[in-house]
Amino acid sequence: MDKKSFSVIFSLVALLVITTPVFAAGAAALEHANVNIRDTAAIQRGAKLFVNYCLSCHSASYMRYNRLAEDLGLDEELVMENLVFADVKIGETMDIAMRPADAEAWLGAAPPDLSLISRSRGADWLYTYLLTFYQDASGGWNNQLLPNASMPHVLWQMQGIQKPVYATHDGVESIDHLVLAEPGLQSPEEYKDSMRDLATFAEYLGEPAKIKRKNVGVWVLMFMALFALLSYLLKAEYWRDVH
Amino acid sequence: MAKPASSFSKSSHAFMAWIDKRLPVSSFWQAHMAGYYAPKNFNFWYYMGSLALFVLVIQILSGIFLTMHYKPSAEEAFASVEYIMRDVEWGWLIRYLHSTGASFFFILVYLHMFRSFLYGSHRAPRELLWIFGMLIYLALMAEAFMGYVLPWGQMSYWGAQVIINLFGAIASIGEPLTEWIRGDYFISDATLNRFFALHVIALPIALLGLVLLHLVALHENGSNNPDGIEIKANKDENGIPKDGIAFHPYYTVKDIFGVSMFLLIFAFVIFFWPEAGGLFLEHDNFLPANPLVTPEHIKPVWYFTPYYAILKAVPDKLMGVILMFAAVGILFFLPWLDRSPVKSVRYKGMWYKIMLALFAIAFVRLGMLGMSEGTPAQTIEMRVWTFVYFGFFVLLFFLSPRLKTKPVPERLTH
Amino acid sequence: MPTDGVNKKRRRFLVATTSVVGAVGAGFAAVPFIESWKPSAKAQAVGAPVQVSLDGLEPGQMIKVQWRGQTIGILRRTEEIIGSLREIDGDLRDPGSRESEQPVFAQNEARALKEEYLVVNMHCTHLGCVPQVLPQVGPQPFEENWKGGFFCPCHKSKFDMAGRVYKGVPAPTNLRIPPYSFLDDSTLIIGVNPEGAV
Repeated sequence: MDKKSFSVIFSLVALLVITTPVFAAGAAALEHANVNIRDTAAIQRGAKLFVNYCLSCHSASYMRYNRLAEDLGLDEELVMENLVFADVKIGETMDIAMRPADAEAWLGAAPPDLSLISRSRGADWLYTYLLTFYQDASGGWNNQLLPNASMPHVLWQMQGIQKPVYATHDGVESIDHLVLAEPGLQSPEEYKDSMRDLATFAEYLGEPAKIKRKNVGVWVLMFMALFALLSYLLKAEYWRDVH
Repeated sequence: MAKPASSFSKSSHAFMAWIDKRLPVSSFWQAHMAGYYAPKNFNFWYYMGSLALFVLVIQILSGIFLTMHYKPSAEEAFASVEYIMRDVEWGWLIRYLHSTGASFFFILVYLHMFRSFLYGSHRAPRELLWIFGMLIYLALMAEAFMGYVLPWGQMSYWGAQVIINLFGAIASIGEPLTEWIRGDYFISDATLNRFFALHVIALPIALLGLVLLHLVALHENGSNNPDGIEIKANKDENGIPKDGIAFHPYYTVKDIFGVSMFLLIFAFVIFFWPEAGGLFLEHDNFLPANPLVTPEHIKPVWYFTPYYAILKAVPDKLMGVILMFAAVGILFFLPWLDRSPVKSVRYKGMWYKIMLALFAIAFVRLGMLGMSEGTPAQTIEMRVWTFVYFGFFVLLFFLSPRLKTKPVPERLTH
Repeated sequence: MPTDGVNKKRRRFLVATTSVVGAVGAGFAAVPFIESWKPSAKAQAVGAPVQVSLDGLEPGQMIKVQWRGQTIGILRRTEEIIGSLREIDGDLRDPGSRESEQPVFAQNEARALKEEYLVVNMHCTHLGCVPQVLPQVGPQPFEENWKGGFFCPCHKSKFDMAGRVYKGVPAPTNLRIPPYSFLDDSTLIIGVNPEGAV
């Protein structure tokens, strides 16, 4: 074998080794929410869903109402009227009245703070989670993505009631898919859109600076490119001396 | 135009003379910049040192501003990081500078070290230069580990738990030692508080001192180069190395260009990809530390995972710990393990290229496997690459004096 | 080093341009660090306007509240006091509040939006102590002919019942008036100017 073909084969094998994935494919494939942080209208709709359905049990204690107004281009008074139901000021955070100890007694586990849920779990996870609630044989709520979660399906009136269809693979019975047994106020498509809005809001909630970050980033990169060009010309000019 | 310029230059000359009588600024500039000659054939790999220094400055600057808002207590640490990310004006940028800077520091240091493997920069007379570099690497690992504990998320907490418990493997003193490190019977407020002190004061001072020694040792003999030959062996009638060029302006402008390219990449990550898909900022670290719930999948940050894989590859706790520390420790001996008559990979022959490529693959692959869940097949793979990792040094020691080399030129090629 | 044939002009131009652009970049980079010292969203929330109920505040009485870490005094003045303000103009350093700090609406004799209520930052403009309120007219240990007002025990500065500084004391200007407005007849809000006012 000549040197050249040896190095080609060697590089190919090396590439193959390096790129072999080390993670097994996730147990449950997630649905893609395709959230877009620049979709301010979706964030607004999601915020409305969030304060109506989530904020009674879950807090978002790092998020200030006035930040929401500022980032979404809303009037503070409008936010106070539409999104703030608690007796708080605009500069305060999205806290809940329920104390963690009480919550644990009532619900089995204290509902986690949702400020950072999109950063620990991801928007796609949240989206899938909200789509895969179902009613099991006993009539209780369960979730396909997070089995035996203690959270009830608070959005069931919107989605309707899903029931599981089981299938047996290799002698193990598991849920194959969910079917809508009883329609809700929204059609499945509308419900998916609503959940995408909610996931978009969660994405924003996880990092409110994200919108500004990307906007500033474009300018920074353009400036850096200019500086890189100049410094390249400078370097090239001086290096003409070096032979 | 000519007259005011000359009077300006006259007075600035007088000013410098006044300064130089009191502080050796001009002679320092002459000795280490304008009159310091570096080989003219530096390539891509030679950007890493100046860039690492640049990132060190970024880390110190952003770190100072983070300490102004961060609270080193178990009660408040996690919330204070979110306070920085949300309530402090531009706090998110300062935090991302620091977190992204940490990962880039390691990328640069690994490339910087690999350069030495390529061109034999650690060989005589530059052994101490390498040793100081290794000490910087050790201090940096300690600095990064303690810094990672500060956000007090789940990965901070459980990462600290695992790494501190490594010391528990030492016979008889292990348990009291881990207790002493933690200052408590578990990772607690006391641990966080002392790690904060070490991270923001003690280790940065040590790092700066070591960097200074590294640079002093570098300037004593001057830089090595991709050909691995001494440029000072060929001097012209003025005593200037024929293959040398003045560091200033040639390498200052080149390093400025390097910084500008680095900043492009660095800024892209900060503004568009700061989590780096969970590599730079791990998802589980956005959950507050909870001593009662262990995350499903504990692993250190990416820059430690090659060693973590070596730890996991060994079925015995003590042996695993020993082998892991040995993987770092053996690097200190590199200048004496390589006994080849030539320094650079360019003149060492195919055997070294293959060995080095395998070593590099082993390191990267161990890093990836160190993040994995560790299936039985992966454990076997980790063992193979651990074997390759150590095998490199053993073979180098025994083969390097014997295997054939190519003739080394008198003068630099390019 | 071969230096012949070097285009010095181009070199100088490139050095200058790169330096200027680099300096501008460094300037931009300094902005986030400098701005990170401004009051954070949390500090702003804590420093939000404070509502004060004026119910039960009798003429001649004063209440104190905290706003942004400052003691704000709310004094309900009697007709008598208000009437006497003009009489002492000659003893004051800045009777028209020309050099003092207050919202435009309070740059008047009574230094107030409504003459009846004096809303004043209690910290002495000398070195920040909080003066005593001594509304009674009559001799005081420090002043034979006391006409009522504020007396700072730290360095003996004296102010009248509108917070205006007397001549010959260390305090340079009148006591500061914070922004405030009335939500209704008996509710004061400190920290917000009346709509349209500066």
